[in-house]
Formats: sequence, structure tokens, C-alpha cells
Amino acid sequence: MRAPVSWIRDYAALPADVAPAQLAARLTGLGLKLEALSTPGADLTGPLVVGRVLARDKEEHRNGKAINWCRVDVGPEHNPPAVESGEDGAAGRGIVCGAHNFDTGDLVVVALPGAVLPGGFTISARKTYGHVSDGMICSAAELGLGDDAAEIIVLTPGEAEPGDDAAALLHIRDHVIEMEINPDRAYALSLRGVARDAALGYRVPFSDPAGLAVQAGDDGSYPVQVTDPDACPLFVTRTVTGFDPTAPTPRWLARRLQLAGMRPISLAVDVTNYVMLELGQPIHGYDRDRLRGAIVVRRAQPGETLRTLDGQDRRLDDEDLLITDDRGPIGLAGVMGGESTEISPATTAVVIEAAAFDPVTTARAARRHKLVSEASRRFERGVDPCLPPVAAQRVADLLVALGGGRTEPGMTVVGSVPPRSPIAISADLPARVTGIDVDVPTTVEALRDVGCAVDDGSAETGDTADTGRDTGGHPAAPAGILKVTPPSWRSDVTDPYDLVEEVARVVGYDRVPSVLPTAPAGRGLTTAQRLRRRVGSGLAGAGFTEVVAYPFVGDADLDALGLPADDPRRTAARVANPLSEREPLLHTTLAPALLKVLARNVGRGFPDSRLFLLARVFRPDAWPPPPAPVLPVDRAPTAAELAALDAAVPHQPYHLAVVVSGHPGTSAAPVGAQAGQWAEAVGAVREVARLLGLQATVAADVAAPWHPGRCASIAIPGTGDEVVVGHAGELHPRVCRSFGLPERTAYAEVDVDRLVAAAPEVRPAPVFSTMPVAKADVALVVDTAVPAGDVEAALRQGAGPLLESIRLFDVYTGEQVPSGRKSLAYALRFRAPDRTLTDDEVAAARQAAVAAAAEQLGATLRD
Amino acid sequence: MSGPNTDYDPVEVTPLHADEVDRRRDEALAAIAAATSLDALKQVRLAHAGDRSPLALANREIGSLPPQARKQAGMRVGQARSEVRSALDRRLAELEAAAEEQMLVDEVVDVTATLGDPPPGSRHPLTTLQERIGDMFVAMGWEIAEGPEVEAEWLNFDALNLGPDHPARSMQDTFFLDPPEAHLLLRTHTSPVQARALLTRPLPVYVLAPGRVFRTDEPDATHSPVFHQVEGLAVDRGITMAHLKGTLDHFARSMFGADVDTRFRPSYFPFTEPSAEVDLRCFVCLARPPAVDSCRTCKGEGWIEWGGCGVVNPRVLIACGVDPEEFTGFAFGMGIDRTLMFRHGIEDVRDMAEGDVRFTRAFGVDV
Ligand SMILES: [Zn+2]
Repeated sequence: MRAPVSWIRDYAALPADVAPAQLAARLTGLGLKLEALSTPGADLTGPLVVGRVLARDKEEHRNGKAINWCRVDVGPEHNPPAVESGEDGAAGRGIVCGAHNFDTGDLVVVALPGAVLPGGFTISARKTYGHVSDGMICSAAELGLGDDAAEIIVLTPGEAEPGDDAAALLHIRDHVIEMEINPDRAYALSLRGVARDAALGYRVPFSDPAGLAVQAGDDGSYPVQVTDPDACPLFVTRTVTGFDPTAPTPRWLARRLQLAGMRPISLAVDVTNYVMLELGQPIHGYDRDRLRGAIVVRRAQPGETLRTLDGQDRRLDDEDLLITDDRGPIGLAGVMGGESTEISPATTAVVIEAAAFDPVTTARAARRHKLVSEASRRFERGVDPCLPPVAAQRVADLLVALGGGRTEPGMTVVGSVPPRSPIAISADLPARVTGIDVDVPTTVEALRDVGCAVDDGSAETGDTADTGRDTGGHPAAPAGILKVTPPSWRSDVTDPYDLVEEVARVVGYDRVPSVLPTAPAGRGLTTAQRLRRRVGSGLAGAGFTEVVAYPFVGDADLDALGLPADDPRRTAARVANPLSEREPLLHTTLAPALLKVLARNVGRGFPDSRLFLLARVFRPDAWPPPPAPVLPVDRAPTAAELAALDAAVPHQPYHLAVVVSGHPGTSAAPVGAQAGQWAEAVGAVREVARLLGLQATVAADVAAPWHPGRCASIAIPGTGDEVVVGHAGELHPRVCRSFGLPERTAYAEVDVDRLVAAAPEVRPAPVFSTMPVAKADVALVVDTAVPAGDVEAALRQGAGPLLESIRLFDVYTGEQVPSGRKSLAYALRFRAPDRTLTDDEVAAARQAAVAAAAEQLGATLRD
Repeated sequence: MSGPNTDYDPVEVTPLHADEVDRRRDEALAAIAAATSLDALKQVRLAHAGDRSPLALANREIGSLPPQARKQAGMRVGQARSEVRSALDRRLAELEAAAEEQMLVDEVVDVTATLGDPPPGSRHPLTTLQERIGDMFVAMGWEIAEGPEVEAEWLNFDALNLGPDHPARSMQDTFFLDPPEAHLLLRTHTSPVQARALLTRPLPVYVLAPGRVFRTDEPDATHSPVFHQVEGLAVDRGITMAHLKGTLDHFARSMFGADVDTRFRPSYFPFTEPSAEVDLRCFVCLARPPAVDSCRTCKGEGWIEWGGCGVVNPRVLIACGVDPEEFTGFAFGMGIDRTLMFRHGIEDVRDMAEGDVRFTRAFGVDV
């Protein structure tokens, strides 16, 4: 909402010294938030005066351009002193003008030398077309008043005298406060509402522009029938006849529309817009001669269409509320009128519609037709239902005053506005809710200031003159309870807490004290929260960089991962209105998101990356899912209803994904060592498990999107068998190509929720021996296909309880072992709990370990 | 060694002559002094203090002396050997010290050539900022509540007093899941977590709900379809707006410094009444002239729009099974991304969302 300050001042008796910025701040404090403060006309300085054209000589010049050489009387103060000194002896100033829409005797606007026009254009006496042009005759565009640059401004005869200040006459300078109006402050979508709060802010008198006297309704104007009074509780028509369609819009009115952000169009349209801005009541004007039969307000019928004022043909929905006449729809109620009955340059009889429309009906229609208009914006937030008769009267008065003709005597009023019921509120509720030390008299005064009628139980029933309402008919309020009837323009105020907000904003939000509440003793982070943090910190410590990513994917992404058709990761939640039609699904695996982030980093010159993503995936059991219930809101859901809600929401576990590409970036690994990415990925998830107190088991597996020969399942101890929580390994070469990743990029993904659930709540303390350790190495040769994990298990089993730890430290294939075989070298550490081991004991244990590996896996000792 | 000889006359034993002992001693001391390396000294020790060294051999002969001569010879030889041993120890210490000095010189490295840096791991600042805020509230006894990102429409809207015709429920703002009759959506705020907290936790409730939320905004420099919020909810007996202000002031000071506080402006949110927008006093200029006029953080306003807040609307309490006659509450919500942006001077939302490693690495593991 843009409100010119001069317009606000028409209704709010603000002190002269209130600066616009100060006013804007005060309004912001009352809930009308300042968006922008502008000062139109501030870029225009110096003398700008009214002139009368004394003489006009048209001259054709060699360049083909025709100009007018004029003598202009710019008033005694600005005319040259010696008449004789003029070039041709004429009076006034000589000015060259390129426009032709004027004649001798016309009043024009002249910028004199020394003036600066918008855009920094400085006026000076200058030689042009063989004359000295001693000023400039201005167009609207040159003064920043509109688009018209071809024609100069010609004032109405008698509007002013030569020498008058034209800037004031044209209302060029003003201050405009642009505000963001919240949904609960629909009243502020009018100058009436803004000025009311401005007056409230400065505690000065407010004169209500809706306060004009209006006759009682009859059926004497244009006939109206309303078939759906819930959607249209009130419909008022007035008729103006004998109107002069050529009458111009007065300058002040056009300027105000302009400053408020609307384009002047024609007098009749401008007046309806002006009154809408002034009062907040949207008005529609019909050309009476184009109406056929009575106006009927009804819902649309199947197949009906309407061409709206914007020239669009609209197929109507049977929920749309329409204004119709005998020939069909002539307007979409509360949203936009139709073209067929539009006011035209030939209209002399105007039917004025001022009505109240249901906010929800209007909002739905506007949304359905993607047609947000000044009218729908106001109706869907709530317009003062008492306004239609007043607004219709105001429009009629202005049309007659500015365009001639007369207002026909009747006023059709269909429907009525039911009186509002009072809201009972504890007198101390504002203090209890806001914490502001506000007493009951202050509360009552604040509520009356915003227009409420307040019955505080005192003898003289509380009533305020400015609403003209009373609380008659309702029993008097008991002690400590206020009965508060909100004003007609505050349809948003329905609850006691709404009244609390009104009191708070009048008293001032800045009076809310600052008191830190004391929460009961808390339990700290949950186990899951603590462990997820540990995973993130641990991976960062291990050299991985965390990224965030959007969860949107498409079938093409799942195809690129090589997921089979029956893979559960193909069962994805689908977005009805995705940003991209190519990504309508919510990811079931983090792979597409993380691999795309990696590809972006590779593209930006970082092929050597270790990244991780810790985020939720969405794993519905089936899609479409069973519908979630929509429960009532006037009570809490039952346990069963709550369970139904939870059951409808798909499973959304946290997953962890890590990706390893290129060189690790340390000198610890030789440059060019590209074979170890898969091992890094496996190591990363083993490390994550370890951080959570879990020993992960790694086994060969085949799964998408991994290389079938380089994929490991990651399992953790479960209640019975081990539970596979994810996979790690080298990506399938096709996946690397599809996502544009370096060769041999490795990837791992695990279900963090499962890891967290399995993590021990309490970790047992270790029992360890202080006896000396005995070390023994063993190198075994096995078939290439035998997993090192199996060899290790066999060694462990064979070595028995004296074995303390075992570590693989070398894997060799080559000339020194037979082809098809590999050598695995292990470092074994032995220790007894109670004694120093003898050489014989160690040798025996080592021997037993080797024997077990030999027996189970055909391992032989390497020579 | 010979046994004691008691039955024959004293004889001359040459090695035990005083002159001979002194000579051997002096030879040893000279050799020790001449040893310039630990290896050389080892040889000297063998030659002059080993089992077969002249003094050791001389010592063996003492037994062959008559008893009356043994004492004197023993003293003489013992003293000589002792002198040699101490000289050896002294020289050993000297040579070891010199060797270590030399080693320290020899082992000099170029400490600026640190090829072995550990790889630069880091955590995303949106994560660490959420944790930091969480820690602050946990320190006050609050708990951190979580909820699903795909949420039931009822919890995201209806329960929060956003009725079926509320404009925010339009497809223009909300990602609905398909089909719409499933009444599921991507949560548009973390407020459904508050509703869940009220529905499932015993009162009083003091919870913080940080998390990811979704709106149908095309990504550009200032918009992202996915962003992060932190919302707080306190429902207790006697809660007022003053407690809201106190909590936000504390939050602001903990995050931005002791001189920072907040101010309220009336606003509108369906789930709170009264509602306020909360501005943060600019932590750079503190809204004080003349610094405020040229401040780039707050663009000369002195205040930074921080978030929304208010007193929990009794209608929300009712839908969540809380008696509004007995309990009142407050709620607030801030954008984490926004907070990170103005706290760290980040210009483009996409820097945070695209996963460029340079962005994350700059923060290390903290904000
Ligand atoms: Zn600042």
C-alpha cells in the first residue's frame, strides 16, 4: 500500500512538523511496516511557473522539424523588464516549443532558466532554431508526472494565473510511504485506515472520510437480485446519468492515483479507483446502456465464460460467484468486471456497484483464475461491510461534481450487515499475555482508540462516538470482564488474543520487558543427536568435507545409478508441483545428490575430493501412499488419530554418504596412487561405525551403483544375525561416466538411523594385561579369490585366546608367488593375562593360526 | 686369579710396580682424551678398561703378592682404574653431547615445505551453526526436537491455525506431494515439530526445532527452495511476551555479542497472537551514529530483520491438546541461512547450497 503523506494529512490532524520518516516509523510501530519511503518531485528544483501563451508562430526548419516560436507571459515577477528589448517587440519571454497541442491564450507550465528537471536536466537560456529560448514549456513526462512526452501540459482555463507556482498546482511534490500490509490489517489497504492509525500514533483527531451522510436504502436504483447471500451479503447500486464522458480527471485526483501506484485512465474509472484507495471499498462501474435486465449475483453455470476487462476469455468454474445480467456473466464478483458492460468514452449513464463479497469465495476465484486484482486483494482480506452505501454515495458525488449530470434519487440495497457480537475478555488478559504493566483503564482506552466499543461494566455503558455503535441488547459485563465489540472494519479481530495484540500495539511493543524464563532441567541432546554430531565431526577429522544438497531427483537419476526395476529405491515420493519436471521425486538414496555435488566440484577444478552428506532420504513403503487424515482443530487428536498421521508419513531415515575421488591430497600417499579410493570409502564407513562403538563387518557383495567386483556390504551386529546397513566400494564405471566423475570414484552409503539404534548406550570398560607383548609376522599365500577378511578370521580362530590383535600389512601378487595366488602378510600380537609368554608358546600359537588358515582356505606359508 | 700365597717370600711382580701402574694409567688417559668419536672411545674402553687391559691384568696379579704388599698394590691399581673409568664416563658424555649437537645440525629441515598436511576435512557451517544455537538453548535446559521433512498437511497447516483457505497453502508456496489427496507435503516451516512436541511431550515444554524446510522458490542469489530454520517453543504456566523477549535477547547476545539486543514490531502469523517481527540490533554498528550511516551489514538501518515470533495462538494450543486457560506459550522462528549470511557477510544463497568445497572448507569445523 502506497500512501501519499498529503492524503494522510487530509484525515489525520498531524502536527505540521511531523517528518514523513518519523510518521513512517510510528506506523511501523503500529504494525504497518515501512517498505519504502519516497519523495516524488524532490529531483525538481528552481522556478516552475504557470505561463500564458501570448503568441505562437509555427516555423518549418530545414531538418524537416516544425517548431513553435512563442511569447509566453510568465507573470510580472518573471517577465523580462523591458518589453521593447524582446526580439520582436512582443511582451513576455521568447520560448521555442516542439509540441503542437496548444494555442494562443492557453495556460502552460514553464520551467525558467535555473530550474532543474528530473534526470538532472538544467534549464538555461539557449540559442536554438535561430532564437534565444528563454525557458522550456513542459510535458508531463519532463516533470516526472507520467508517460506523455509528445504533448505539453495545457492547464484548464482559469485554473491559475501566469506566474503561479506550477509545482504546487500540479501536486508534483509529495512524500509517499509504501507499507507492507499484513493479512490481519486489511483496513490499512485504504487511506482511511492508514490515516486512522496515523492519528492514533500521534493521538490527534481523525476525520473519517466514510463519515458522510447517506440516505436509507430503497429499491430505487438499478435492480439487483442476489441468489447467494452468504457469498454476497450486501449489494448496493446507485446510478448517475447525464455524465460527460469527455470531462477530464482533475489534476489532483490523477496525481493522487499516480502517487498511490495506479494509472489514471478516465474520469469515471479514476473516481472508482480513487474511492477504493480512499475508503478501501472496491467499486465497479457499469455502462447502464450496455446492461440488459436486472443484475443477478449467482454462481456460474456449466460452460459459462467471461471476457474480463484485461481482455482474457475465462472459462468459469461452478464455484465462481458471478455478476450477471440477462445476457450472462458481466463480472467475476469481487475480482474483475467484464468487457461487455465496461465504461467507454461514450458512457453517459453509470451504474455504480458497491458490494460486500465473502473473502474465501473471492480468494478462491482469484487463485483459480490467477487474477489478483486491487479488488480481490481487498475482498480476500476483508472489507468493512458497512462501506458499500457510503462508497456508492461518494463515487456518485464525485462523478457529478467532476463530470456533471446528476445522481438518480434511489439507492438499491440488497442484503444487510449483521451486527457484530461482543468478545468477552478478562480485563487483565493483555497484561498477563504481554508482560507489559498495563492497567485496566489503559486497556479500555486502547481498545476504544482502535475503534472498539467497550463495555467495562460501569454504569454508563462504554461506547465510543466514532463508531456510532453501541452494545445494546447484550447484558452488562461482569466485574473484571470486558465486553468488546470490534469495529466493522476489523473482521480479523475475533478472539480475546486478537484484542490483546491491539492493546499491545497501541501501548507499544517496545514496552514489553525482557525476562529470561527458567526452563525445567533438561536432558541434553538425545543419543541420536549426539551420535550424528559425532559422525560429522569424525568424518571431518578424517579429511572429509560436508556438503548440503537438494533432495529432488528424477527417474533418469535412478536409471543412471543402474537401479533395477524392482529395487526398493525405485519407490519414491512424488512432488505434485516440482520446480523441475525432470526432478519430481524425493531421493531414496543420497547418491544422485552427492555425485552431482562432486561433479560440480570436479567441474570447478577439484577432482581430488572427499565429500560427505548426512541427510534424510524418503523411503515410502508404496506410492501413492495411504492418505494422511485431516483432523479437526477444535480438539486434540486422539491417540489413534495421531498414530494414523504417523503411519501416513513415509519413513525418512538419516543416511550418510561419502564419496572419494582422485588423489587424497597428502604426501602420505604417492601421487598417482589411484587404486585406493574404494578402500578409503570402506575405511570411512568402518571408521563411522567405530565412532559409534560398533565393529562393522565387511563382505563382498554386488549392488547398484557399485562396481560388481569392488563392492562391500557393511554389516553391524544385530539382535540375531548381523544387519547390513549399507554398502561401500568403487562406483560402476558406467555410473562414473553418467555423472561425469573421475574414473575409480568410490562411494559409500549407510543408514545412520540403524547405526545409531545399534550403538551401545554404555560402553564396557576394557580388561587388559600388563604382561609383555610378543610379536609374530606371518605371510600366507592363498588363491586370489580368497577374501582377506576370511584369512584373518581363520588366523584369529586358529591362534586362540592368546592372540591380542591382527593387522594386514601387505598384499602381494607378482613374480614371487604363483599366478592365481596372492600373498597376504599379517602382523600378530600375542599376550597372556598373567605371565610372560615363552618363545615356545608364541610359536605354537602362530603355528595353530597358520594351520587353521591352511585347513580352511588352502593357505600356505610364503617362503 | 691366583690364590693367596702365604708360604713364600715376597717377589717382584713387575706390573704392580708403581711406575708401571702410573704409566698404564697415563696411557689410558691419553688415549681417552685422544678419542674423537663414540666408536673410537669404544675401542679405547676395550683396550684400557676391558678385561684384558693392562690395568685389569695387573689387578689379577695382586693376589700373588704377599699379604703385606697386597693392600698397597690394591689401592694403587684400584685408584688408577677408577681414574680411567671416570675419564671414560666424562669423555663419553662429552662425545655424546657433541654427537647430538651435530645430529641436530645435520637434521635441519625446511619447515615451510609441509607436504604432509592432513587432508582438509570440514563441516558445513549450516550444520555447525545449528549445533551452536542448539547448544546455547540446551544450556538453558531446553531440548532439541525433531520431526519429518515430508509431513502431514494437517500438522504443517491446520493444527497451526492455517485454515484450508489460507493463502500460504497455495501451490505457489508449498511443495505438495502427489496425489494431493494424500495430504502430505514438504514442510514449509519447522512449526509442525512444535505441534508434535505439544502432542507428545509432557508439559511444560521448552524445545528448539532446527531443520530443513522447503518452499517453491526458484533458486537465485537470494532464494532457495530448500533452506534451514530454527524455531523455539516454550509452553508453561505464566509465560508472557516478556519471556519471549528475554529469550531472544539472550539468544542475540550469545550469538552476536553482549551489546546486541532485539526489538519487536507488530506483525501477523496465524499460529501466534499477538505476533511480532523481531529485529536484531546491528552487531557491527550497534545502531549508533555515526557508524550506522555507513554500515554495510545493516545497510544503514541499525537493525537487521531476524525472524518472526509471538504468543502461541490459543487455537494452536487447543488443536494440540493444551488447555489455554492453564498454559500460555511463546514461539519464534529464524532463518539459519539468513543468520549465517549476515553474520558472515555471505552474498549469494547458492554459495551455501551448491556444495562447493571451497565454501565449506573456509569454515573448518566451526562458525
Ligand atoms: Zn549496522
